[in-house]
Amino acid sequence: MNSERNKRPRIAVFKFASCDGCQLSLLDAEDELLAVAGAVEIAYFPEASRAMAKGPYDIALVEGSITTHHDAERIQLVRRQARTLVTIGACATAGGIQALRNWEDVGEFIRVVYASPQFVSTLKLSTPIAEHVPVDFELRGCPINKLQLLELIAATLAGRKPNIPAYSVCLECKRKGNVCIAVARGTPCLGPVTQAGCGAICPAFDRGCYGCYGPMESPNTAALINQFRILGQADPAISRAFRGFNAWAWQFRKASEECNRG
Amino acid sequence: MNSKTIKVETLARVEGEAALTIRIQGDKVTEVKFRIYEPPRFFEALLKGRHYSEAADITARICGICPVAYQMSAVHAIERALGIHIDPAVRMLRRLFYCGEWIESHALHVYMLHAPDFLGYEDAIRMASDHRALVEQGLRLKKLGNQIVTLLGGREIHPVSAAVGGFYKVPAKRTVRELEPELEWALEASLATVKFVAGFEFPDFERDYEFVALAHPEEYPLCEGRLVSSSGLNIDAAEYEDRFVEQHVKYSNALHSVVRGRGSYFVGPLARVNLNFDKLPAPAREAARAAGFQPPVRNPFRSIVARALELVFACAEALRVIREYQPPDLPRVEAASCGGVGQAITEAPRGILYHRYALDASGLILAARIVPPTSQNQRVIEDDLREFAAQVAAWPLEEATWKCEQAIRNYDPCISCATHFLRLEVERD
Repeated sequence: MNSERNKRPRIAVFKFASCDGCQLSLLDAEDELLAVAGAVEIAYFPEASRAMAKGPYDIALVEGSITTHHDAERIQLVRRQARTLVTIGACATAGGIQALRNWEDVGEFIRVVYASPQFVSTLKLSTPIAEHVPVDFELRGCPINKLQLLELIAATLAGRKPNIPAYSVCLECKRKGNVCIAVARGTPCLGPVTQAGCGAICPAFDRGCYGCYGPMESPNTAALINQFRILGQADPAISRAFRGFNAWAWQFRKASEECNRG
Repeated sequence: MNSKTIKVETLARVEGEAALTIRIQGDKVTEVKFRIYEPPRFFEALLKGRHYSEAADITARICGICPVAYQMSAVHAIERALGIHIDPAVRMLRRLFYCGEWIESHALHVYMLHAPDFLGYEDAIRMASDHRALVEQGLRLKKLGNQIVTLLGGREIHPVSAAVGGFYKVPAKRTVRELEPELEWALEASLATVKFVAGFEFPDFERDYEFVALAHPEEYPLCEGRLVSSSGLNIDAAEYEDRFVEQHVKYSNALHSVVRGRGSYFVGPLARVNLNFDKLPAPAREAARAAGFQPPVRNPFRSIVARALELVFACAEALRVIREYQPPDLPRVEAASCGGVGQAITEAPRGILYHRYALDASGLILAARIVPPTSQNQRVIEDDLREFAAQVAAWPLEEATWKCEQAIRNYDPCISCATHFLRLEVERD
């Protein structure tokens, strides 16, 4: 890339509606940060630098979901400046926790938080980036795994496919040697339908997976809903379990609606 | 008359999206706007109808830099609503957990976000080309903070172990003790940090602030204590909403929290150190004296020294906890689920963080209220800028702009936190 002059590839980081945690993952790569900063040009990363270089960029890392008219326009500008656009985290790939508004009257939401609702304008839905522009790769997680981020940057720069599996948390959990908390203790766990990448940390902490990496590539949510019912979970609680940080990912959305009828 | 406008369209080295406009006519500042354009995410609204056990994980997502603070305010408020009393060993572990976040957040701010202003670099990466060892020291401190959070919570951002009544799982004594050598290094590195930042050049700028922080009779405050101020406030968390009020100011799109009947107030490391200096560990107090830091310090640019002193505290406190740690009998106390209302204030890295929850008899959240530290500091940030911009009005525009940005970064503002609280400009379809 940019072979005409032996330039370092240029990376930019953009934020939409989010908590900043996914872009912080880059700064949290304490052992690798200075090496990464030597290998690439961090051209635009306002959280870290007041030097903000104009595009085009080789890689745009996009955090956050689209929730305002202004942001719906801004993402188009980002896409035009980016050779490769990668979304990082559950907000950018699935709409984030703020997508819970998508089932509600957003006007009511505004009234709950703001005393003068007439001053707030927002879109009805919180939507993922891919509903607005073509996305080259989606990195999952709430938050993303910083090692997956480094792998993704390295793979993109090398022009290869990143080694980021789409199988379920269960595989990671087994490999880790965890005892299955769903089987052994009857704890409701979203691990069977959730994509790996976190390191199966919730089961390792004696609690069920809450699905923060979103649906795995072919989740059998119907079977899991049945299993939750067998474990004694009421349908409203099952629906809430799917309506977490990836609520608007279509597989979880559908599952949550199936147990939220009537 | 000579007029100029200081304009920063995207404020850098803060968490979240904000812009700054200052208009100056001659040597008079005519307008200051610290404008936040980050979109709202409606956390209080989306918490309605969720189970209380979900509040810690949901509110953590308000901020990727201080998720532990949100988890701690959430669980303490809910424990108060449910009448739960936590195990003393859990209480100690929560202090360790919080110290981890303070170390991570303060090291990030001191080294990566604020020091470059004092040394004249655009960012820490450029600073590293001349001060590599220094930046590496900052990164190593930050990494240790993250390691503590990860040990107790599984990962550094949005950890998974915090639960109402305690933790989902607590660590073994041996694994906690493994932190000791690195913490011993970190304590020394923090003392060196105090010395280093105290040697910076600080603008001659002081104002008469009302400092607000928790205060506890025996310890430097994290999760418990009464809310006190330098103007004599002394209240319980349950009285918070009676004494603090949000005002809508015409020139700003943001709501400003003020002390009822008084005005702006100052939260965060400088407020905590000024109000709790005698509770800092001895090495921190000595380092402060050696650095000429005599509370009350009223120069906001010296907040970076207060933040470094808190790094010393957090390392010393973490060492104390890991040396005394005995795992609790049970990781958490179960609640007999029932309704109630509970409030809590804890000290996030950037200042006090207030949560209130009302729960119904099945444990579902009826109403939630969250007031993050940056919302509380916004008024004082603008007040500072109004006075400070006059001081730098005659400077070349680029230098004046940078200095005003630095004045905002004194508060380590976290815009992502503040946003759910802000009014945005009207956008019409």
